[in-house]
Amino acid sequence: MDGKIVIETKELTKNYDGVTVVDRLNLHIREKEIFGLLGPNGAGKTTTILMLLGLTEPASGSAWVFGYNPTREPLKVKRLAGYLPENVGFYNNLTARENLMFIAELNNISRAEANRKIDELLEIVGIGEVADSTVGKFSRGMKQRLGIADALIKNPKVAFLDEPTAGLDPEGINQTLDLIANLPQMGTTVVLSSHQLYQVQRVCHSIGILSKGKTVVEGSLDQLGREALAGGNYRIEVETAQPNPGLIDIVNKVPGVRKVEAKGNLLLVNADSDLRAEIAKAVVQSNTPLIQMKIQEFSLDDIYMKYFKED
Amino acid sequence: MITIIRKELADYFTSIRIFILFLLVLLASAAALYASYQGIRGIEITTGFVFLRLFTTSGDVIPSLVTFTALFVPIIGIALGFDAINSERSGGTLSRLLSQPVYRDNVINAKFLAGIVTLSIMMAVTILIVAGYGLRMIGVPPSAEEIIRLFLYLALTIVYGAFWMGLAILFSVLFRRIATSLLSSLALWLFFGFFYVNLIVPAIAKTTEIFLLLQRFSPNTLFQEATTVLLLPQWRGAGILTAGEEIAYMLLNPLSLGQSMLIIWPQLTSLISLTVVCFAISYVLFMRQEIRPT
Repeated sequence: MDGKIVIETKELTKNYDGVTVVDRLNLHIREKEIFGLLGPNGAGKTTTILMLLGLTEPASGSAWVFGYNPTREPLKVKRLAGYLPENVGFYNNLTARENLMFIAELNNISRAEANRKIDELLEIVGIGEVADSTVGKFSRGMKQRLGIADALIKNPKVAFLDEPTAGLDPEGINQTLDLIANLPQMGTTVVLSSHQLYQVQRVCHSIGILSKGKTVVEGSLDQLGREALAGGNYRIEVETAQPNPGLIDIVNKVPGVRKVEAKGNLLLVNADSDLRAEIAKAVVQSNTPLIQMKIQEFSLDDIYMKYFKED
Repeated sequence: MITIIRKELADYFTSIRIFILFLLVLLASAAALYASYQGIRGIEITTGFVFLRLFTTSGDVIPSLVTFTALFVPIIGIALGFDAINSERSGGTLSRLLSQPVYRDNVINAKFLAGIVTLSIMMAVTILIVAGYGLRMIGVPPSAEEIIRLFLYLALTIVYGAFWMGLAILFSVLFRRIATSLLSSLALWLFFGFFYVNLIVPAIAKTTEIFLLLQRFSPNTLFQEATTVLLLPQWRGAGILTAGEEIAYMLLNPLSLGQSMLIIWPQLTSLISLTVVCFAISYVLFMRQEIRPT
């Protein structure tokens, strides 16, 4: 993910009644990536999104969304951005279609185009068959799905999704995550806030962890995972048919390997980069039967826990 | 903004609340029409403004149309405005609406305008129905001046309703809970409509001048005075000079339209400025309010 940075905050700060909710926040979000905004409750995730949308004014610092300052040019930002608020609500007396049509009209989308888009989106989020029933009869999960359709109706360049999977059943969560994962292909940058670490890990390319309004850590998921687990290294597990004490030295000589430990049939290798091919070659050449190799997967829990332990 | 106005209007016209209110207003005007039918034969009309009497004549028990209107217009205004902003807030639609490319003031302006349009339609329909049936009933066509006076009366009721709607919108911006804003608006209406005029002012006013002065702090009084002057052309009691017993020596000649307007000019401007003030305060508050659902 090396797109150019399209959303940026510089020393962004917000106070509510003397309490600093967002404290000199610096974030960098690249084009067409899915950025996960993580953090415990009250970390300032929602406030940050509101400031990026120009819905609330920062006390100091600045934000840039596709080259616009949301405080000074909120309308330009709002034309580009779709927003799914937490506790999304709709006009209960209108149908799902009418609710979306209203938003489409506010965005100057023609009726024909809007109708086509509404059908398509309602089908994607899985509530196509209730398009013409009033929203008052919808369950929480259905409203959440409608909210996602609502955020996407204007073909946004960036979608801010505040807890997109809240209130959904497991199937809905899966569908929603798949949908979100496909958005970058359609040209949409996604900023989502959540504390469902597993879900974030599944779709996000980069994350920023907030705590008490400050960025604890920010970066791409791969890089952060490696830092959390192995101090920035790759960890490779090599399993052989039988222990071979000489193998440690052989693997150690592979360029880029930092450290090798033996644990029975297993060799644990710390390396600068993904050296599986080179190590495999070295092992096979030493006439040791190689059973399997794998690169250790990290989980976001590890990253999250690491930074919150340090706190 | 037109989109929002259209949606608000659609909401008003499909809402059960407004439908019931409108039904009530129609029933009340039917009753008032019946009252004036009973009463109008008995009174001696010397001034020539027969048609206007349709609106001001009361029966034995049933009050006249203007009395009904004075009662209903504030309620309609409050019903149109009391949940304008806070229902959007509690429903979670406000943040969604404001994240669209619309100026924030368009939202509150559209709600106010849609309310005024609804109010105007309701009042115009009521007055036209009464005028139409009245015409059939008494068979005296209105003169040009009477028509103008009726139009002015319509404008006056709209301004008066807009004041109560502005007040209700102000409370809907101020209070997060819908019940609170509704009860505060109704409480204020009760206070000015009954307690202030009928109990508090008579208790503290020593002279007639002070009595009138204090009474005119109430928008209800302003509206009633302006109505009386407009629809009873011979009435000149709302002027400052005519307080007291001089009135008894006056001839009951009708005033010209210009003179009537001159008398109620202060009342009219006060009502308009009260409306503007209410709306301006809610506008400013709304523009500065945090959107965050708290």
